[in-house]
Amino acid sequence: MERKILELLEENSRYSVEDLAIITELSKNEVEEIIADLEKRQVICGYKTLINWDKVDDKELVRALIEVKVTPQRGEGFDKIARRIYHFNEVKAVYLMSGGFDLTVIVEGSSMKEVAMFVSQKLATLDSVLSTATHFVLNKYKDYGVIFEKQKKDERVMITL
Amino acid sequence: MSLENKIAKKVRDIPPSGIRKFFDVVSEMEGAISLGVGEPDFDTPWHIREEGIYSLEQGKTIYSANAGMPNLRKEVSNYMNRKFNLDYEPLTQTLVTVGGSEGIDIALRTLLEYGEEVLIPEPSFVAYMPCTIFAGGVPIAIDTNEEHNFKLQPEQLEAAITPKSKILILPYPNNPTGAIMTKEDLEKLIPIIKKHDLIVLSDEIYAELTYGKTHISIANLEDMYERTVILSGFSKAYAMTGWRLGYAVGPEVIISAMTKMHQYVLMCAPTTSQYAGIEALKNGDNDVLEMRNAYDARRKIMVNGFRKMGLSCFEPEGAFYVFPSIQKTGLSSVEFCEKLLMEEKVAVVPGNAFGESGEGFIRCSYAYSIEEIKEALVRIEKFVKKYI
Repeated sequence: MERKILELLEENSRYSVEDLAIITELSKNEVEEIIADLEKRQVICGYKTLINWDKVDDKELVRALIEVKVTPQRGEGFDKIARRIYHFNEVKAVYLMSGGFDLTVIVEGSSMKEVAMFVSQKLATLDSVLSTATHFVLNKYKDYGVIFEKQKKDERVMITL
Repeated sequence: MSLENKIAKKVRDIPPSGIRKFFDVVSEMEGAISLGVGEPDFDTPWHIREEGIYSLEQGKTIYSANAGMPNLRKEVSNYMNRKFNLDYEPLTQTLVTVGGSEGIDIALRTLLEYGEEVLIPEPSFVAYMPCTIFAGGVPIAIDTNEEHNFKLQPEQLEAAITPKSKILILPYPNNPTGAIMTKEDLEKLIPIIKKHDLIVLSDEIYAELTYGKTHISIANLEDMYERTVILSGFSKAYAMTGWRLGYAVGPEVIISAMTKMHQYVLMCAPTTSQYAGIEALKNGDNDVLEMRNAYDARRKIMVNGFRKMGLSCFEPEGAFYVFPSIQKTGLSSVEFCEKLLMEEKVAVVPGNAFGESGEGFIRCSYAYSIEEIKEALVRIEKFVKKYI
């Protein structure tokens, strides 16, 4: 049931406890307990809202994907340098990658200049960072499984019942 | 000259659909929510659509073999084996049809002599009755009821049989009630079917959409394989309604006779759809599972909603409809639906559209988002409160 609740909440974190109870056929108390436990164990790490900021006029948001090559450190591997990077507020995500570079760092800022400054002054200057390659996001078509383009309307008609 | 008189009597005598007019009103109404539609709200999964597109890009736009592309029939055969443990020889026991509906039509026309009777459990899909009449047969409705969970009871079947009975249609999982038949339910019918030498047309279009229990086909049960034709299709399981793709599987003699009819009436099912269908059967199991889980969540929300407002609501175990009783309101099915639409702008289908035994019920589809379902339930509750 834990898994079922996680799948449901991943799809829509605004499901009420009552809805979850109906769908999983548990009592409301049981659902609350399971969620509390998942939160405590940090299986559920937070609840956020997926927003398409491009539709909000007065909020400029620039997002960049930065490929970072680093020198792993003895005894610490990539963890220490990842930690140095993820503490910056500008950094929204850090992933350790296989392939031609080591870390993917997602950075957000209010302008391209701001992001560029962050990369050149804060990120590239870190001791273990060998190189960076910054790619700015021009348009988001789909994020977290949600398509941002205009959804089509329900065009189903009544035919034979 | 009256053209009206030129129309064949058997066609003239079928009453026009009253529901159509009702739903024309709905589509014009601002802010109306419909729970009326009987098709999935999901788009066909992309990898399936993509195969259709790819076949078009490659110019695969010619007729296929009459009975369907050999690869598709092989996949149908694999699927029947994998899912239902049934063995059908691809080249002799499968036929690809233009939707499940064509299967119903040609099966009836292939089997029926003039005046022979077709036993139809009701409430059920609205096409069995007219298709039987068009095929020269006589439809005999068997009224199932809520007390028996809308399952066909052996004594009802026995009572409806006459020397002219030839075919039993088994419409389970059922549209509109959501009823299913378990192995035990089906087993009770077998001695009667055998005694009267009936052919069974098992309409299993909703076989993939059962909740909690797995669908059992009557063809799996003793002595039934040789007298059962299974009619199914891609519309409901893979959200492929507009592709018009279905299939029939059964004894070689019947399938080859149906193929004879099919080849003169339709030549073959759309080729693009057949390419997409191969992909669906090969790689679509997970899509079916995801859609089934989504339907199941909505089903529970909806059943719970109706019960909370004090209406008796039979637990549907298949398809994507709930069939609550509205008898407590004192309104007829049609009155209920008309008033509900006018007063609260929610459209549902009166139960008697599916046969007289559906009077006192309404069909609500849960092929809608949870948000829409919840909003509709709030409105229906407000409406129902005025009457109970």
